[in-house]
Amino acid sequence: MTTELLMGNDAIGRGLIEAGCQVAAAYPGTPSTEILQSVINRRDEAVDPLHVEWSVNEKIAFEVALAASYTGKRSAAVMKQVGLNVAADPFMRTAYLGVKGGMLTIVADDPGPHSSQNEQDTRLFCLQGRVPVLDPSSPAEAKAMVEPAFALSEKYEMNVVLRPTTRVCHSRQSVALTTPLGPDRKSEFVPDTGRFCATPAFLPGLHKALNAKLEQIAKEPDWQPKMVEGDGSNKGLALVASGIAYANLVDLLAELELTGTVDLYQVLMPYPLNPDFIDTLQNSYTKVLVLEETYPVIEMQLAHPGAAGKLSGAVPKEGELTPDVLYTALADFLGLERQQNEAVQARGQRPSLCPGCPHRAAFYSIKKTFPDGIFPSDIGCYTLGMNLEAVHTVHCMGACISQGAGFYQAYRQDGGATPTVVVTIGDSTFFHAGIPALINAVVQDARIIVVILDNATTAMTGGQPVPHMGIAAGGRKTKAIAIMPLVKAAGVEFIESCDPYHQARFEELLRKADEHTRHENGGVAVLIAKHGCLMDPAVRKAQEAAPVQITEDCLGCGQCVEIFECPALSMDKENETARVDGDRCHGCGTCIAVCPAQAIVEGGMI
Amino acid sequence: MKQQIVVSGIGGQGVLFLTRVIAQVAVDQGIPVLTSESHGMAQRGGTVLSTLKIGNFAAPLIRTGQADVALFLWDANLPVHQPLMKEGGALFINSNTEGVGERIDASAIAREMGKAVLSNLVLLGRAVNSNALFCTEGQCLEAIEKLAPPKFVEQNLQAFQAGLRN
Repeated sequence: MTTELLMGNDAIGRGLIEAGCQVAAAYPGTPSTEILQSVINRRDEAVDPLHVEWSVNEKIAFEVALAASYTGKRSAAVMKQVGLNVAADPFMRTAYLGVKGGMLTIVADDPGPHSSQNEQDTRLFCLQGRVPVLDPSSPAEAKAMVEPAFALSEKYEMNVVLRPTTRVCHSRQSVALTTPLGPDRKSEFVPDTGRFCATPAFLPGLHKALNAKLEQIAKEPDWQPKMVEGDGSNKGLALVASGIAYANLVDLLAELELTGTVDLYQVLMPYPLNPDFIDTLQNSYTKVLVLEETYPVIEMQLAHPGAAGKLSGAVPKEGELTPDVLYTALADFLGLERQQNEAVQARGQRPSLCPGCPHRAAFYSIKKTFPDGIFPSDIGCYTLGMNLEAVHTVHCMGACISQGAGFYQAYRQDGGATPTVVVTIGDSTFFHAGIPALINAVVQDARIIVVILDNATTAMTGGQPVPHMGIAAGGRKTKAIAIMPLVKAAGVEFIESCDPYHQARFEELLRKADEHTRHENGGVAVLIAKHGCLMDPAVRKAQEAAPVQITEDCLGCGQCVEIFECPALSMDKENETARVDGDRCHGCGTCIAVCPAQAIVEGGMI
Repeated sequence: MKQQIVVSGIGGQGVLFLTRVIAQVAVDQGIPVLTSESHGMAQRGGTVLSTLKIGNFAAPLIRTGQADVALFLWDANLPVHQPLMKEGGALFINSNTEGVGERIDASAIAREMGKAVLSNLVLLGRAVNSNALFCTEGQCLEAIEKLAPPKFVEQNLQAFQAGLRN
């Protein structure tokens, strides 16, 4: 048996291969992305044939994995917490209808949140959906859970959720590898229309069966809370924790030399929680400290009168349970002194679009052309367009086009002039949830400009393929679904494409698009801003140029730093001039147009 | 042996690679290791923090006032991440200005070698030279060879060695 340093997500991916998973589908999203990437990278280690795909969205990924499970094979759908919202429809129904071959839905939560639009807790979603959920505390434990979770899923013919969090996904740890299984299952779909097509008439029966299964699962011996007994010095007190909060608690107790002084429970399966465990806590302890991320899922089920946790206010109701936060909760519970030096809350340098990013040029032009415009946007790197004041809303995947249409309708009904609405959406997000919204905008005659920021990749999550590139997971060649004919088929009559680096042309097209939206016979206008992502070395190499230079004409007005916000530009406070960081500038030259004194000049080709 | 290490920088500076090198040394020595790292939007030019816990730990995050060693690739991060340090912890900073901690203009050295991003390994070399880390020069060389893309192994080793000498 070998041991490797693995990221949590890589450990889970390897776990899927070791467990003989044969179909894995995902839509990328931090912190879950590397799970499917790991399966792709390790596909040669699989014993049986393996299909992996970056699906167009999470609902589709879930349904692909579900059907594979109906044939008897082991399958997995992978997403982040908000991705489960997209997949919620099939997810909720699957709880009733069940699965055949083991099916795992791996949903990575983001307490903090570090890279998400909310902190929702998938365990609570599972409680609402009546789906068993497992809460690993480390990369090694997450991997170790995968195979038994498949076994549990098969025993009860139920979808099972594995819920790692950011600090498990993006931790690295030495993890032991085991030999991959090859269940060698052949697809065998046995139609069972009463179940797989269940009409409302069948559902009360299926719901009853589900409830009966959950009662049994709650008592499955392998998934019970694990106890480390204290030495009696804190009689009547217990600590209950799950996920990474448990791991942090273990380290904190060691640091304070309190290990083994109080009864400590690790909850592996927060839902369904064993009723005997609930009784034990009720009967044996007067006070219980419950530590879990992010919602009080365990605490609620315990309903313990002496529980200290999120419900009681002893533990913060939002944010990550960092070691500093845990310390305060533990100190209060055990009567220790609070720590002297409080943790610093500062966040450091804010994120910004990369130097040379084509989105920056597009946003600058949009804001410049329509200073009073309304700018709905979406989820991706380009959310950072808010730093350039060219992003006014960010809601959830695909919401920007529908929101843009909503803004238009609200203003239109007032009569009078309507503001220009410019929606920005990335190419991956467009395929994910933009298409139905675009069709709706056209049908409802919403007069908006939709700028599709096409950088030929899913940049935010590290460059997964998009449907118009003709490449599928793992580099396999596939059909390329071009954006322009799709837009055309949606009924859009104004479609133009332009590299946003060519600012004058891009701005001219924006004005034309605006005219189209305002013309009697006009409608929705689509402008495709097309320039590759600079994270792609091939794109960087193809446009290699020397860094720009600042001439003596610089007024020190700071516009290039404040308005354009390229990380390669900063102010030299001593000399009161702008400064170029030659290590970071790609020489794209899009900042040249920003300078009112023409003091930014090309560096000349290398 | 237990050591808690902080690596601080901004997106694109190679914080994650530096973290992996140190973690790999621990794995090669058979010492348990846990790391945490920032992904997603934080990497788009924003502040990035990695933590490493070497030895018998259960979780990767470091509590305020507990880090033994810190490597700062971006000195403007000091106000944010220095509070993680223990009193008397070893502090190494990539900087061309005067101030707290042991400072080295790793970016300038890396730039001379033709690639500013190599400053991460220059800083590592400096810290290893001061015997602040649990690992030795030879162990780091081995880990860098293992992890660097084949094309860049030589360059990466040179950057590390430049840090050792300066």
